Amino acid sequence: MEGRAVTFSPLVSLVAVLAAAPALPGIATRTRAFLTGRRGTPVLQLYADLGKLVRKNVVYSRTTTPVFRIGPIIVVATVLVAATLLPLDGHQALLSFSGDLVAFAGLLGLGRFALVLAGLDTGSSFEGMGASREVTISTFAEPVLFLCFTVLVLATGDLTLAGMLGERLSAIWSTAMPSLALTGVGFFMLALAETSRVPVDDPATHLELTMIHEVIVLDHSGPELAMILFGNAAKLALFAVLVVSVLVPRGLLPPWLAVLALLVGLVVVAIGIGVVEASMARLRLNRVPQFLVAAGALAVVGVILLLR
Amino acid sequence: MSGLHELLLLCVVLTNFWLLGTTRLSSAIRATALQGALLASLPIALHPGWSLHILGLAGGTFLVKAVILPTFLRWAIREAAVRREIEPLIGFSASLTLGAVAVALSFAIAAHIPLPESNSALLIPVALSTVIVGLLVLTTRNKALTQVVGYLVLENGIYVFGLSQAERVPFLVEVGVLLDIFVGIFIMGIVVFHINRAFDSLDSTRLTELKD
Repeated sequence: MEGRAVTFSPLVSLVAVLAAAPALPGIATRTRAFLTGRRGTPVLQLYADLGKLVRKNVVYSRTTTPVFRIGPIIVVATVLVAATLLPLDGHQALLSFSGDLVAFAGLLGLGRFALVLAGLDTGSSFEGMGASREVTISTFAEPVLFLCFTVLVLATGDLTLAGMLGERLSAIWSTAMPSLALTGVGFFMLALAETSRVPVDDPATHLELTMIHEVIVLDHSGPELAMILFGNAAKLALFAVLVVSVLVPRGLLPPWLAVLALLVGLVVVAIGIGVVEASMARLRLNRVPQFLVAAGALAVVGVILLLR
Repeated sequence: MSGLHELLLLCVVLTNFWLLGTTRLSSAIRATALQGALLASLPIALHPGWSLHILGLAGGTFLVKAVILPTFLRWAIREAAVRREIEPLIGFSASLTLGAVAVALSFAIAAHIPLPESNSALLIPVALSTVIVGLLVLTTRNKALTQVVGYLVLENGIYVFGLSQAERVPFLVEVGVLLDIFVGIFIMGIVVFHINRAFDSLDSTRLTELKD
C-alpha cells in the first residue's frame, strides 16, 4: 500500500459518509412510502430542509437558558468525533486508541444527554416526557451496544474500533461468521432504537403524546434544528457503518473500493430500515425494552458461540 | 465453526428466542413450524450420504412437525378463538433473558457431558437449550395452547439430542417417537378444545378453581 492512499482515505471517507448521511432517512422514508403504495417525499428532502433551516433565524423561548443553546452544538460535535473513531475506509480511523469503543459509546451518550437537558430546559411538560422516554430507551440500548462490542473484541482480540471493525475483523471473518451475523442484526436493531425509527418511535408521528425524539426538539428552530436533524441523520449513518463493517469484510478491499462498498452498504441498510418500517407497526412503549432485550439476547448468543 | 448444519442449529436457537418473545399465538405456532422445518433438514445436513434411513427421518419429521401439527394447532386457535398470551407468569423480557441464560448454561453443561463423539460441537448445547426453553414455555405461560407449543419445543430438543446418535438409533424407534408426539399433540388439542367449551377460556390457571 502506498502511503498517500492510506493517509488521505480516512479523511475523504469521513467527508463522503457525512455528506451522504442526510440522504439515508430520505431513502428509508421513500422505501416505506413505495412499499405502502404512496409516492413519498423526495430522497434528497432533508438536504433541502437543512438548507432552508440554516437560512432562518433562531427563536428562543424566554424560559430557556444557555443549556438550551449549547445542546445542538454538543449533539453535532459528539457525532462528528464519534465518526472519526470508526475505520470508514476499512483500514484506518482518523483517531484510534486502545479502548476507544468506550469513548464511542460515551460520546453518543453525551450527545443524548445534551439533547435531553436542552429539552428539559424549555420547561415544557411534553418535552420532559419525551426526554424521559429517550433516556429510558437508551438505558436498554447502551448495554446492548456494549454486548455487541464484546462479541467483536472477543472475536478479534483488539480493543480499538479501527482494529475490530477493520483489518482484524476481515482476517477472522470467515471463521466467526455466525457470531458476526448475530452482531450485525443487533447493530441494526440498535440503529432503529437510537435514531428513533419505526418499531421504537415513528418519525412521521404528529401527536406530541406519542413522540419520543421529535418532541424533545419541538422548541428548537432555525440553524439549531438543522444541527439536530443533521446529528440524527449522521448517527443513523454511524450505526449503518457498524452494520456494514460487521457484515462485509471491507479490510480485504483497497481503501477506495472499501469506501465505495460502504456507501452502497449504507444505501442497502437504509432500504432495509424502510422495509422494516413498512412491514411493522410501531411497538407499544412498554414493549420497546423487550425489543432491545431481544437484540441483547442475540449478542449474548454471539458471545457464547465465541467462548465455547 | 462453518457448515450448513451449524447455521441450521443457530437458526433453531433463534426460533427459540422468537417463541419466547412473541405474544401472539399464531406467531408462536409459526415459530414452531419453522423450527420443525429446520429440524427436518438437520439430518440431511449432518449426514451427507443419501441413505434411506436419513431421508425417511427428514421426510417424516417435516410432515409431522412442520405441516400437520402446526396446521392442527392453527385449527385449534381458530376454534377456541384465542389470539394472544395476555399475562404469562414470567414476562416476555424476563423470559428472553432467561432464554439467553439457558443457552449459556447449556454450553457450559455440554462441555462436561461424556458422550460418544458427535458430528457437531453445537448439537448437544442447542438440544439442551431447546429443552430448557420448551420447559420454560410449558411452565410459565397461562394459555393451554401455548403450553402445548412448549411441549412440542421440548420434544424438538430431545429430537436434536437424538440426532447426535442418529446412526445408532433404529428407524422404527424414531418413527415410534414421531407417532407418539403426533398422537400426544392431537389429544392435547382435543382437550384444549373441551377446556374452552367448558370454561369459555383457555387460561389453565382457572382449572385450579374447579369446585363442585
